[in-house]
Amino acid sequence: MPLETFPTGPEPDYSGNAKGDRVTTPMYEDPAIFDAEMKKIFETTWVWVGHESEVPGKGNFKLSWVGTQPVIISRDRKGEVHVFVNRCRHRAATVCEVKKGKTSSFQCPYHGWGYALDGSLRAIPYPEGYAGEFDKTEFGLKPLKVGIFCGMIFASFNFDVEPLEDFLGNAKPWIELFMKQGGGFPVKVLGEHQFKVPMNWKIQLENTTDAYHFPIVHKSFLQSLDGETNQTFSFMDDDDGYVEDLGNGHSVMVMMPELIDLDENLDAPIPERFAKLAESLAAQGYEDAKVRKIVRAVGGCGFNLNMFPNIACSLSFFRVLRPVSVHETEIRHVALGMDGGPIEANQMRMRLHEHFQGPMGFGSPDDAEVWERVQRGSAGAGDMDVMVHRGLGLEKQSGNGLPVGDISAETGMRSAYAKWKEMMA
Amino acid sequence: MKDVLTDTEITLDAAVKFLWQEADILDRHDYAAWLPLWTEDGMYVIPTDTQTTDFANSLNIVYDDAEMRRMRAARLSGGFSISAAPPAQCVRTLSRFVIEDQAPGRITLRSALHVIEDKFGRQRLFAANVTHELVATEEGLKIAGKVVHLLNADGMLTSISYLF
Repeated sequence: MPLETFPTGPEPDYSGNAKGDRVTTPMYEDPAIFDAEMKKIFETTWVWVGHESEVPGKGNFKLSWVGTQPVIISRDRKGEVHVFVNRCRHRAATVCEVKKGKTSSFQCPYHGWGYALDGSLRAIPYPEGYAGEFDKTEFGLKPLKVGIFCGMIFASFNFDVEPLEDFLGNAKPWIELFMKQGGGFPVKVLGEHQFKVPMNWKIQLENTTDAYHFPIVHKSFLQSLDGETNQTFSFMDDDDGYVEDLGNGHSVMVMMPELIDLDENLDAPIPERFAKLAESLAAQGYEDAKVRKIVRAVGGCGFNLNMFPNIACSLSFFRVLRPVSVHETEIRHVALGMDGGPIEANQMRMRLHEHFQGPMGFGSPDDAEVWERVQRGSAGAGDMDVMVHRGLGLEKQSGNGLPVGDISAETGMRSAYAKWKEMMA
Repeated sequence: MKDVLTDTEITLDAAVKFLWQEADILDRHDYAAWLPLWTEDGMYVIPTDTQTTDFANSLNIVYDDAEMRRMRAARLSGGFSISAAPPAQCVRTLSRFVIEDQAPGRITLRSALHVIEDKFGRQRLFAANVTHELVATEEGLKIAGKVVHLLNADGMLTSISYLF
């Protein structure tokens, strides 16, 4: 039988692996499910690729990923942001291997095909080797649809995808609140920590909306804080935190309700750990209201906004996940600061970021350890389910008509898995 | 080390012996012995930016003054950090020493570091260029500054439960 007529049968339906209050073990283990996820989720919906401050000017570019596929974010001469696959249309070589920078074009190193900043093919060497007129318009770099909200750049392989603002939906006001940590300045990427973990990507997706683990996994981080700051992180013992399903797989976990809106409570006493910074800003001539606004912004927000499938606005940084294979995920913790803000304020933001985040932070390595342990444990008793039912039966309803659980409820995980189920059907 | 005089030249031999002692301490995760190797104002830096020397204004993997070093040592040896209890076992070699700068009582050495760690039956490899600034004190040699330039510092690493 010739290959093209070989019956392939219907595509398997994996959606039943998400069962509401639990998910099956193959969700972490089955390479076929992973392949289906790359197609049905990462090639279908909006995926976060970068922040506008990473391509601030004309000719600036940055390499990124959509699922397992390498892409380039590029700002053209008119200032417009493009995202295209980092693959020459001739024989597939990457056209760029510089992580970020500035250029006037992208040239394939193999046969010299040259592309403009908008991805269009500009010139090829020796065009006379092709019969007739070589039509350059047919061979631009493969573009993705681009959407930008509050500086966050999303891309999609699916040109029929719903508008970005509809996709973000109830997450939008939380993104706007998150961006207030610019303290009146535009939010800017200051750098990033990157580490890979031998785990399925959904283990990380769950974790950003998991407050339950915090006092256990991060005990050694909490021990390193002063008393007042330790109090700020005592959300598991307080009763005012909550997790809210925002729909579309997104959720928000509010750990410190007093830090939802950084423009509020500006008259509150300045915490001890920011006293020196406040003093110094005042000495530099910043007026009191401005000092308070900057200092409050330096500490970051009091919530994790978890957006399906790959980006979170977590307290004071972007938490980005990238699936590599069913057993491997890359994590990036992107540090944010104030573009044009006081040097000391940005220094303090970076020091706070370094304290918890990254390959040698006081928090991330312990997260990475338990995530790997989840993957290792999933090798056993594959017929058993992974439970995400904490808080079920105790939830209330939000103004959006969606579930709200207490701070330790697994409401956000159920939200993400409901979206997963819908997209995998 | 007690015989090092603060105003005389630190020999390569004395400096390398000191660095190998530090390497052994770190492989044994003996942070109580590591902390006193430092001067109080020494900075321990592992940058993410491979080009910069302005570490204060860059995001680093580690940017430790004495206080952060003490907290880091307490975390790694306190028994409450799941990634460090137990930590990955590691074996390192420090070699290819180059004297970058030398003055009475002071020497700056650049060296190559290879570390292999073992945990969960898998091994990981790290390589780095390390710069140590050593000073002679009444108590012997001390580290007045240390910068670890990991290969791929600006790329994808893995989490690390010990020190370089």
